[in-house]
Amino acid sequence: MEARPVESGLVRARIRAAWIFLAPTLVVLLAVAGWPLARTIWFSLTDAELGRLSEARFIGFANYLERYEGEWLGVLADPLWWDAVWRTLWFALVSVGLEAVLGMVVALALNARFPMRGLVRAVVLIPWAIPTIVSARIWSWMLNDQFGVINHALMGLGLIDAPVAWMANADTALWAVVIVDVWKTTPFMALLILAALQMLPTDCYEAARVDGIHPVRVFFRVTLPLIRPALTVALIFRALDALRVFDLIYVLTANSAGTMSMSVYARQLLVEFQDVGQGSAASTLLFLVIALLTLSVVLLGRLKLDGEAAR
Amino acid sequence: MIRRCLAFLLAAGLGLAAARPVAAVEVTISCGALGQELELCRDGAEAWARQSGHSVKIVSVPNSASERLALYQMMLAGAAPQIDVYQIDVVWPGILGHHFIDLKPFSRGAEARHFPAIIANNTVDGRLIAMPLYTDAGVLFYRRDLLEKHGRAVPSTWEALTETAAAIQQAERAAAPPGSQPLWGYVFQGRAYEGLTVNALEWVAGSGGGTILDAQAHVTIDNDRARAALARAGGWIGRIAPEGVLTYTEEEARGLFQSGNAVFMRNWPYAWALAEGEDSPVRGKVGIAPLPREPGDAPTGVLGGWNLGVSRYSRHPAEAAALVMYLTDTAEQKRRAVVAAYNPTLPALYEDPEVLKANPFFRTLFPTFSGAVARPSLAAGSKYNRVSNAFWTRVHGVLAGRQQADPALEGLAQDLRRIGRRGW
Amino acid sequence: MIRLARHLGFALLLLAIGAFALFPFYHALVTSFRSGSFLFVPAMLPEALDPRNYELVFTQQDFGRTILNSVLVAATVTGVSLVLAVGAAYALGRVRFRGRYALLLTILGVSMFPQIAVLSGMFELIRALGLYDTLPGLMLANLMLTLPFTIWVLTTFMRELPKELEEAAYADGASALTVVTRVLLPLLWPALAPTALLAFIVSWNEFLFALTFTLSEETRTVPVAIALLSGGSRQELPWGLVMAASTVVTIPIVALVVAFQRKIVSGLTAGAVKG
Repeated sequence: MEARPVESGLVRARIRAAWIFLAPTLVVLLAVAGWPLARTIWFSLTDAELGRLSEARFIGFANYLERYEGEWLGVLADPLWWDAVWRTLWFALVSVGLEAVLGMVVALALNARFPMRGLVRAVVLIPWAIPTIVSARIWSWMLNDQFGVINHALMGLGLIDAPVAWMANADTALWAVVIVDVWKTTPFMALLILAALQMLPTDCYEAARVDGIHPVRVFFRVTLPLIRPALTVALIFRALDALRVFDLIYVLTANSAGTMSMSVYARQLLVEFQDVGQGSAASTLLFLVIALLTLSVVLLGRLKLDGEAAR
Repeated sequence: MIRRCLAFLLAAGLGLAAARPVAAVEVTISCGALGQELELCRDGAEAWARQSGHSVKIVSVPNSASERLALYQMMLAGAAPQIDVYQIDVVWPGILGHHFIDLKPFSRGAEARHFPAIIANNTVDGRLIAMPLYTDAGVLFYRRDLLEKHGRAVPSTWEALTETAAAIQQAERAAAPPGSQPLWGYVFQGRAYEGLTVNALEWVAGSGGGTILDAQAHVTIDNDRARAALARAGGWIGRIAPEGVLTYTEEEARGLFQSGNAVFMRNWPYAWALAEGEDSPVRGKVGIAPLPREPGDAPTGVLGGWNLGVSRYSRHPAEAAALVMYLTDTAEQKRRAVVAAYNPTLPALYEDPEVLKANPFFRTLFPTFSGAVARPSLAAGSKYNRVSNAFWTRVHGVLAGRQQADPALEGLAQDLRRIGRRGW
Repeated sequence: MIRLARHLGFALLLLAIGAFALFPFYHALVTSFRSGSFLFVPAMLPEALDPRNYELVFTQQDFGRTILNSVLVAATVTGVSLVLAVGAAYALGRVRFRGRYALLLTILGVSMFPQIAVLSGMFELIRALGLYDTLPGLMLANLMLTLPFTIWVLTTFMRELPKELEEAAYADGASALTVVTRVLLPLLWPALAPTALLAFIVSWNEFLFALTFTLSEETRTVPVAIALLSGGSRQELPWGLVMAASTVVTIPIVALVVAFQRKIVSGLTAGAVKG
């Protein structure tokens, strides 16, 4: 009872310090992100065109859904949009899933002690270090049906007897995009998991080793729970990126309607069709889809974002 | 530090040099990516700078046309004064036109010397918003050696091309040693992008099926000739054209043709110099002809090429317009044609001995260049990209076998009417 | 025997990982030495080591300057992000106050808009601040891409640190700033180094902002410079050139990773951090 006032004073001082620490970040984020985001939401309610932004007029929710001559129009009534939504969700699920598994394998391998570990870690990071616009083109060249090295190799191995046009068919094209994405971003996942592994206490493992517990069991019982917070963050950010996937699909498959992601759809409206109104509506919907997903994952999974609460 | 000092000294020196006439200004021009295009532009612009006493600054923009357009739109929508002269694609006047000044007060009638079709294309609401820098038109490349070997003539209709390509492909494949790269009859640009609109329009217009929209922006695409042309093209895939053609742009098609694996190729004239290059496996075996068309029709191809316009937000519009006039005039266009085979937009240069000596095929292709078909970019105005996208999406669907030609064009007509529901 | 098999298996695993990671880069390297019609023939080895593409990369534009710009932008963005994020992560990860949960989600929300959608708003902002065609303008824009991520990662790791040291420091009368910089930061190194690396690469690879917010050669960054490369004539793709440029720009990153490597390992010496 005696210590109470002192403690709450201390707590208050710490909270004040916390806000002081937070202030610069919040100012920067508000300045950098606040205006563009608010503006996007506003434009989604107008008939803005890219070349004539200042003449934009408020038109309510017509960009989202409107009735015109007995037909429903707008982003929400566009089957292409819904195709893009489902396709993007599928893509995010498959590619992030593969990346998580592969990233874990790579991270565990790199966490072991072996000669030239530094160099191998650098090598593993190379795919992530090459600008996407370049790596997407490298792959599109490698996947070319006639002079691509992949068909060449597969034919050399006798696995296929005629060149496969990977990008011509929406199904193989999507899988190719997944593979390239996995290739490119597994290092991101691996590096974050590796960081978490490096911060693990060694005493648990010593104890486990002494007790003769099987390594696989140790992994699931000790390692996985301990790195779960870091893994979650890595997954969340990878999923956010995958849900907004743009340049890979754009470079690899162009504007083919069969491989369009949500971001490609939004870009087409915003830039190619100069329809800033509808493009902003699509972007806002994209945001809502991601936000809903994130919230439901966070709430349903009862992820411990609020670390203290779990203690 | 030394570097920075040098830069300052250099800047000061330039400033002094440029300060000769009363009001020397710096004009910024954006002309293409790096490489040859930039060098040609720089040489021309610097010649103008020496002559006029002003100075020029050249900025580079991405190689890809769609990225270039996006960047231009951003700058123009933001009324950015950083670029005075923009190099714009032949389909952009309808999209960007209102951001450019009318060049007529500065041209002294020079536009009358250019191909009328391009000048008409660059005139938006009676304002001449850009001067043509060079033109382009689709042409047919063929393997002269293979046609001679099989006793075939250069096809002049799409029917004949289909038949010739299939016959040569079949005969050559039968004779080829096993395990060799298969020969294909015809390659073109079949990826879902603007290039497919160009190709498909050539099939349709070359079969008498019109140009998607007419001059008054009425939807004309849903007609029998267009349907037949599209159905014919759909039959090419997997038969005379590899399935991968559905992902080809200009370069993939050239790669296949240049490595000796295709009989015919549709491409822009740039491929000529490369196919005839020293390291090319098909060097000396390539012919170039107008694209197939209806019997009796004049040679045609879809109009391409680039133009120069002056931004409304320029701080020195008069000087910028003078630079545009200089770069698009006879002397400059001749230099570009001789040095780098850029097709002039001035008919007179197609009779110039020096130009013809450097580019012998200019003479045979003159009717193609002069009669090239414009895409419906003026009729569609700022909605052109949407129209083109709807068109290539449907065509791609037919080529990929997802849809038959008839329902595809019916659906396209509906798409287009919906796009134009609030006027063009 | 089992040990040997295990070692062999491990070596094979490393080899497979390395091959998957490296093959496309190797292919780019091979292509960078080829040009002309050779590009249309698939090959596992170059016909000859022709350095022409590398010469062109540096003569067509001031590529050294471009790399320097990219390094400058990426380093500044990374530095600023880390400084801001460490402070924010302390507040969000180690202090309990109302609204921090919502705050974390709001920060995450910044990463939920497609980049293309914020482009034109950002363009206006940067022009309004007079930062168009300058490196600081680009740095500011890139912060939007790196900040949410660095804050979240560091918050997570910050939360995992033991409470005792911090309490002890507070008991000794240390200020919050001292606690963060002297007590928590040293423990955070193993997380800080990879986070910095990832942020650096995000900024290094950023294309859309760099393309839109810079114009002149003096402010050009690497991805834009690569997109500007063009072939001998119209439509021709400068394939060998692009690959040569990509190879050149990957080297600084590899050097950086090897340098950071020491930091990652030294973090280990902090030992058992969690009580």
